[in-house]
Amino acid sequence: MSQSVLTNDGIHVTQPPDDTTSILRIRNVSKVFGHGSDATVALQDVSLDVAAGEFLSIVGASGCGKSTLLNIIAGLDEPTSGTIDVDVNVAFMFQEATLLPWLTAQQNVELALKLRGMAKRARRDRAAELLETVRLAGWGDKRPHELSGGMRQRVALARCLAQDARIVLMDEPLGALDAMTRDHLHDEIEGLTESQGLTVIFVTHNMREAIRLGDRVVLMGSLPGRIVYEEDIPLTHPRVMDSPDVATRAASLTARLKGQGHTHVG
Amino acid sequence: MSADIGLTPNVEITAEARPGAGFVLKAWAWIWPKALAILLVLSVWQVVVWSGWRPTYVLPSPAETLQTLWQMLGTERFWSALQTTLLRAVMGFALALVIGTAIGVLVARITPLRLAVGSLITGLQTMPSIAWFPFAILLFGLNEQAILFVVVLGAAPSIANGVISGIDNIPPSFMRLGHVLGAGTVSLYRNIALPAAMPGYVAGLTQGWAFAWRSLMAGELLVIIAEKPSLGASLEFARQFSKAPLLLATMLVILILGMLVDGLFSSFARRMRGRRGLTVT
Ligand SMILES: Nc1ncnc2c1ncn2[C@@H]1O[C@H](COP(=O)(O)OP(=O)(O)O)[C@@H](O)[C@H]1O
Ligand SMILES: [Mg+2]
Repeated sequence: MSQSVLTNDGIHVTQPPDDTTSILRIRNVSKVFGHGSDATVALQDVSLDVAAGEFLSIVGASGCGKSTLLNIIAGLDEPTSGTIDVDVNVAFMFQEATLLPWLTAQQNVELALKLRGMAKRARRDRAAELLETVRLAGWGDKRPHELSGGMRQRVALARCLAQDARIVLMDEPLGALDAMTRDHLHDEIEGLTESQGLTVIFVTHNMREAIRLGDRVVLMGSLPGRIVYEEDIPLTHPRVMDSPDVATRAASLTARLKGQGHTHVG
Repeated sequence: MSADIGLTPNVEITAEARPGAGFVLKAWAWIWPKALAILLVLSVWQVVVWSGWRPTYVLPSPAETLQTLWQMLGTERFWSALQTTLLRAVMGFALALVIGTAIGVLVARITPLRLAVGSLITGLQTMPSIAWFPFAILLFGLNEQAILFVVVLGAAPSIANGVISGIDNIPPSFMRLGHVLGAGTVSLYRNIALPAAMPGYVAGLTQGWAFAWRSLMAGELLVIIAEKPSLGASLEFARQFSKAPLLLATMLVILILGMLVDGLFSSFARRMRGRRGLTVT
């Protein structure tokens, strides 16, 4: 049961009912960087509810404020106005794997456990287990520069899981990978987050990727960064990124996003 | 020396430290360019001596010099001089380490301080430390403090600059990661900021050592304390008594010591960079 809301841009946006199943509630969040004539409105009046267990994709052009939104959700940055209501731990997966180069793969995962206060022996076992989960058993002793890009993101995924968070924010985590590696990681991310009942907010600029993964896709427009449209994706799983179903939806959503872009940029 | 900052072999040393055929090959690969360099220098030196450009009592042959070196190694005076010099080097460098690190951290973290002192540190770094000696001797007299003062002034700016560049070059994404992983201030510094700043810091320490060693030699030449032999004083002594072979033998010792310590620093830095997948230079 969704309700249609008229935003200040005159766009109809469907929103899930504000009931107790939302794990994350974003209300009228705006973010302005800089002052006066230099000011950039990175986010304008963004409101969004995310249900527990939902896989939400956010799509938008580069610079439309996607990272800013995730940073605010993760508490890395403060909104200029508006509120974020989240009462569970949040994990973050960055565009670059952001593994610490002086630690091995295993130690990178262990660091997340260590900072949660887990004892040494326990975290060694748990990290090895998590590396196995992301199919990197036996690679724990390698340093980040000895791993491929896909493997590095797998380690980052394992570290993400090590945070034992209920919500995982992913900021274009697969943007730099080749198509085949990316497809594998789609399967893995989908399988792991589903089996662990995680809520995911997945940011991408690739419409098909968003549809491949998301239960719901949110489109963001630029200048100022704002939500312009959202749509539930009822396609059955497993989805294939290159399937006609996905392609058709991607085409229509892309057209919608472009249309939005023109009215505002023009 | 500064062994406790990580020059001691630790668990991170892997296959390369294991003896065996590979080790012998590696040792050979390490030794031959140096052996070749030494051979080259000795031959040029010998050729110059043979040419008769200078009489042998001012320019002795390599053979005579090495013989004098060997004899020198048998004297108590040499070992006492070596001990004095090394002790001064260790003390001066240790003091510079503490002061340089403290100043570096403060300047890197406190913006007004950086604006005020940042360029001053670089300015100090360009000041030849020998230029400090007349002032140091006025301040302290012809004694240990004067030498220590200049050694610290020579080394501390490089170390401070190393700390500053180390901190400045911490990728912001590592700090964001730390926050996401829920690190508090202390564990953020211990687990992320400190190791991330290490490459810049070690570069600063290496440069600081080179300056400390140079300042020390200048100091030992200028500030000669009676009844206290040192390598620098030996140089001056050998010159005054026209003992050319002794002079050259002492110079060789100074050269080798400087290269050894510098080699320790650079091999540590190289291994650290290699482990992190940074370009090995
Ligand atoms: N720290 C910052 N200071 C100033 N402007 C910023 C900062 N971070 C982001 N911006 C600006 O905010 C806008 C949104 O950036 P971002 O959230 O990174 O976009 P996206 O992730 O969608 O590519 C951009 O115009 C960017 O230049
Ligand atoms: Mg971004």
